Amino acid sequence: MKKDTRINWVLTILLVIGTITVFFPLYMAFIIAFKKSSEMTNDVAGALAFPAHWSLDNFRQAMVVTDFWHSLGNSLLITLATIGLAILIHSVAGYAIGRNMAKRKSFRIIYLYIVSGMFVPFSILMMPLVKQTAQMGLGNRLGVILLYLVFYMPMNILLYTGYLKNIPVVLEEAAGIDGANTWRTYWKIIFPMMSPMHATVAVLTALGTWNDVMTPLVIMAGTGENTLPLAQLNFQTQFGTNYNLAFASYILSLIPILIFYIVCQKQILSGVANGAVKG
Amino acid sequence: MKKMTSRDKTYWAIIIPVLILFFTFNTLPMIKGFIYSFTNYRGYGTYEYVGFRNYIDLFSDARVGKSYLFTFKYALAGTVLVNVLSLIMALGLNSRIRFKSALRGIYFIPNVLGGLVIGYIFSFLFTYIIPAVGEALNIGWLQNSILASEKNAWIGVLIVGVWQAVAMNTIIYISGLQTVPDDVYEACMLDGANKWTEFFKVTLPLVVPFITINLVLSTKNLLMVFDQIMSLTKGGPAQSTESISYLIYKNGMDGGQFGFQSANAVIFFIVIVAISIFQMTVLGKKEEQL
Repeated sequence: MKKDTRINWVLTILLVIGTITVFFPLYMAFIIAFKKSSEMTNDVAGALAFPAHWSLDNFRQAMVVTDFWHSLGNSLLITLATIGLAILIHSVAGYAIGRNMAKRKSFRIIYLYIVSGMFVPFSILMMPLVKQTAQMGLGNRLGVILLYLVFYMPMNILLYTGYLKNIPVVLEEAAGIDGANTWRTYWKIIFPMMSPMHATVAVLTALGTWNDVMTPLVIMAGTGENTLPLAQLNFQTQFGTNYNLAFASYILSLIPILIFYIVCQKQILSGVANGAVKG
Repeated sequence: MKKMTSRDKTYWAIIIPVLILFFTFNTLPMIKGFIYSFTNYRGYGTYEYVGFRNYIDLFSDARVGKSYLFTFKYALAGTVLVNVLSLIMALGLNSRIRFKSALRGIYFIPNVLGGLVIGYIFSFLFTYIIPAVGEALNIGWLQNSILASEKNAWIGVLIVGVWQAVAMNTIIYISGLQTVPDDVYEACMLDGANKWTEFFKVTLPLVVPFITINLVLSTKNLLMVFDQIMSLTKGGPAQSTESISYLIYKNGMDGGQFGFQSANAVIFFIVIVAISIFQMTVLGKKEEQL
């Protein structure tokens, strides 16, 4: 039997039209960000028509009002540090657990203990954590990074131990005979072999931490530091009714993650699919 | 006791610091939260143990009741909508279409954008654009902002939540559909099954594991809704869209209800675990192997 390979054009057209649901809100935000306040009339055209002049004034002003570069720096610092540390710490922890789980009850219990943390909602930890981090002098960016490392540990350990099952123990035993110790064997042989999983972990951790509002909101309150989403929240009152300024600021805060998505789209989509399937 | 080999020492040297970190910032605050839930702590000053008082009060507190009602209504409607829509999207995006990878890429965009800023953008859409459209077309019910209506504001929040969640679940369903081998469909065609039978009798049973994942994921995320509430309604109007997470944050952090909201958080935790376990066991039984 010949396989049907005709392209379904009706469906293609429907799906192309459907992308309006994705693009329309973004188009609106983009257009308003370029307009002057005086161009905003009360009808639909006032908001959706092209601006008379494409001017970057709103963006310049929004950058000043929300201290954009500083907030962006904080977001980058927190996200990159979390990803880097997660890949190093969670992978080696996943290795120690994964290689011993089958033989030893103690490691099986440790595995279940950490992975069950996935069901703990932030709400139950929030109030005690605010007190605790303040007492420990961690009510700041470092505290947020440490908390993310803990919050993403259950998922990442699950992913790493799952992936480790595909890597035969023989490799390490061969290295062991050659005289390399466990620590060195791990970094020389196993760590590089887990790169596909590092990518998945990086993507999932990045998407989760970059857009998170609640953790920095309660932990970093009072430090005067903002992440990008936090800046939107904290400067919301300063935008007042100047929607053009507000939208310029929203667009600015969306641009970094959109660039990241466009550049790494393939890895992100496969990362999300992988993560969900293994998890 | 056996003597530890150097290999074992390395393993423990790795795992002990990790366990300490996890305990300090996950288990310890959870235990503290549990203890606080038996006190009348306001977040500052002195406090006393009040036994099960907070738990008893929870069940008679109108505002807490209202937040549970909103959150469940939102999560239930959201889970159904998200899963039906994303399964349809996945079927579309997995069939023989042009621009397949571009379209998949575009439909995932809502998920990479932050809930807070998306909420602000939709808030403008609901408050100004849609009423203006209603005015232009003379449609009465569109002329008032959905977010200003005590009865319907939750639907506004739901639209935004679903818009973002569908993106995520579609990708997972696509990878589920890709696990169904082509020869299964070929056998279907030979048997003369039509598209509907094929979908309900063949495709659907084979992707049940992915339905489980998606149901658990979407329910959990929708139950914990916070960012969208923060930017769309701040719980209003008249507390009609106050989610449990939002109420715990608002009254626990600023409202002097540290102890009381800790009890609320404990119940919330139990609810989430119970629902997740229920979904996994019920659907786990329906899984079929090829």
